[in-house]
Amino acid sequence: MPAAASESLVSLRGIFKHFGEGETRIDALKDISLNVSPGEVVALLGPSGSGKTTLLNVIACILDPSQGRMSLEGELVFDSKWLRQDLRRLRLDKIGFIFQFHNLLPFLNATDNVAIVLQLAGYEPAAARERAIELLEYLEVGNRKNAFPAKLSGGEAQRVAIARALANRPRIILADEPTAALDSKRAQIVMDLLRKLAADQSAAVIAVTHDEKIFDRFDRIFMLRDGRLEDERRAVAA
Amino acid sequence: MNLAYRDVRHNLFRFLLTCLGLSLLLSVVLAMIGIYRGIVVDALTIARNHGVDLWVVEAGSRGPFAEASRIPGDSREAIARLAGVATAGSVTYQTVEAEHSARKLRLYVVGFEPGRLGGPEHIVAGRTIAQSHFEMIADRSTGLTLDTRIRLGRTVFSVVGLTENQVASGGDPVVFISLLDAQKLQFDLAPPAARVQLARGTSGASRDTVNAVVARLAPGTNPEMVVEAARRWKHLSAMTQIEQESILTQSLVDRARRQIGMFTTILLLVSAVIIALIIYTMTMEKLRHIAMLKLIGAPDRTIVAMIVQQALALGLTGFFFGAVLVANIKAYFPRRVVLDPDNVLALGGVVFLVCLLASGLGVRAALKADPATALGG
Ligand SMILES: Nc1ncnc2c1ncn2[C@@H]1O[C@H](COP(=O)(O)OP(=O)(O)OP(=O)(O)O)[C@@H](O)[C@H]1O
Ligand SMILES: [Mg+2]
Repeated sequence: MPAAASESLVSLRGIFKHFGEGETRIDALKDISLNVSPGEVVALLGPSGSGKTTLLNVIACILDPSQGRMSLEGELVFDSKWLRQDLRRLRLDKIGFIFQFHNLLPFLNATDNVAIVLQLAGYEPAAARERAIELLEYLEVGNRKNAFPAKLSGGEAQRVAIARALANRPRIILADEPTAALDSKRAQIVMDLLRKLAADQSAAVIAVTHDEKIFDRFDRIFMLRDGRLEDERRAVAA
Repeated sequence: MNLAYRDVRHNLFRFLLTCLGLSLLLSVVLAMIGIYRGIVVDALTIARNHGVDLWVVEAGSRGPFAEASRIPGDSREAIARLAGVATAGSVTYQTVEAEHSARKLRLYVVGFEPGRLGGPEHIVAGRTIAQSHFEMIADRSTGLTLDTRIRLGRTVFSVVGLTENQVASGGDPVVFISLLDAQKLQFDLAPPAARVQLARGTSGASRDTVNAVVARLAPGTNPEMVVEAARRWKHLSAMTQIEQESILTQSLVDRARRQIGMFTTILLLVSAVIIALIIYTMTMEKLRHIAMLKLIGAPDRTIVAMIVQQALALGLTGFFFGAVLVANIKAYFPRRVVLDPDNVLALGGVVFLVCLLASGLGVRAALKADPATALGG
């Protein structure tokens, strides 16, 4: 069920996450509440060990929160426990991932790296390829559609990876350091792309970043410190 | 899209290299099985050679191959008269060293009565023995050719016919000569003291002895009946062809057979472990990609299929080339290597199972792989 435009795509209420017990217990996330609306591009900032990756993993449904409630696209998916059996299917349908390093499958060419996600979601092979090529063209790497990841430049690979993240038209896009491996010009291009995409598909983009040169591309910036969401500021410009 | 195939195609050279290693390993296993089967088949060759139903030997002996047997030369006439016996022949067996083109040849010499049972069933070149002296039928594996002259004991024989694949249980090639020549050869090669006794006729032994009488039965005759009848002569005992064959495989080559069997088993186990390791490491190397696939939402079935298909492709390709390799080199082995389709298929089945089990290990690791590792720190 698609969420109404005003509703949050990602909504966290009182999320806690700790690792281990007793002496060795680490409280990685403490009472996190957060809403991200369609079309928003937000950044997660914080020193090393502050819980950024942990938070992203929780939103991606690959780490169980210890406590709290989480809704994705208006669907309550976690309330002290997972409310869905098939979290992998949930990811396939709702979430696109972009990594610091492109993380493409080395044995598939650019087109197939994108098409595989579509095939997993049930597309016919021919249709999947067709849409994959469209996406690559949209991201201006259509000319590299038959290249294997090893033959792509960092920027090209990252754009293929973005194409893959977009393939199923997910409305939630999670990115861990998406621009850290790129020079500032390409980092800007990737960020502009993510913004364009958030606007075009009214999707939510949540990106972990240290990259000061792209701060101005975010709508909001969340600051994590010791597992707590400390403050939230509007970015200066858009 | 078949991920296993794509991965193999992308890393084709490496895959083929692994297959090559595997096929060499499996070819050794197959050769070993072939050698094992070869020993058993070789052991039976000599007993099957004459195409007989009945063996009459010395009383209390399980001869003439497993134990010594010596019976009077006239036993054949007595046996031939038994009800149910169609034809019979006297035979002698001895191992002789001869020299040919400055090379030592170990020969297993069979003496038989030309025109009677006991000679070779199939002659592939030349003819059978026509004269009662100085002619020889030799197996191709001796290296002798038609019309070659070769000296055994004090007699020079000329090769008039050739057989194929006729070897004794130890692997020595077989030659056939006439019974009379064989008896003389036995006398010539006996230790000097025994020879003196024999010549004087003082030992009670005579030169007219043979090692066994072989007989073919009339159709419909119960061999057990004839065995019973032959045993009525106190100095003789008899056994059926089946009993003779079981003596040959059970006692004569038993140790050799078990030795090779043991080694083959170890080799199989080692190969299984190596195959398992190859497949397991192959999967472990892909763990990052597998975590990635899980993260983007691939179901377990996609991941399991990728691992299992690759494991089977590797195992069966390796096995196929291994089998082709052995089939092409088995003729160069000094002794017979027998590749029964049954055994080859059985090994194929074992390889299949090992691959399946090994990929099970990989699958376990893959299913435990945490999608979070793909997202990274
Ligand atoms: N699987 C785990 N088991 C135990 N502790 C963990 C685990 N994952 C993370 N932690 C701990 O949780 C805390 C938050 O880790 P997290 O990886 O979220 O930090 P981060 O903000 O991503 O840091 P960085 O910027 O270095 O990537 C750290 O103290 C870390 O040691
Ligand atoms: Mg991190």
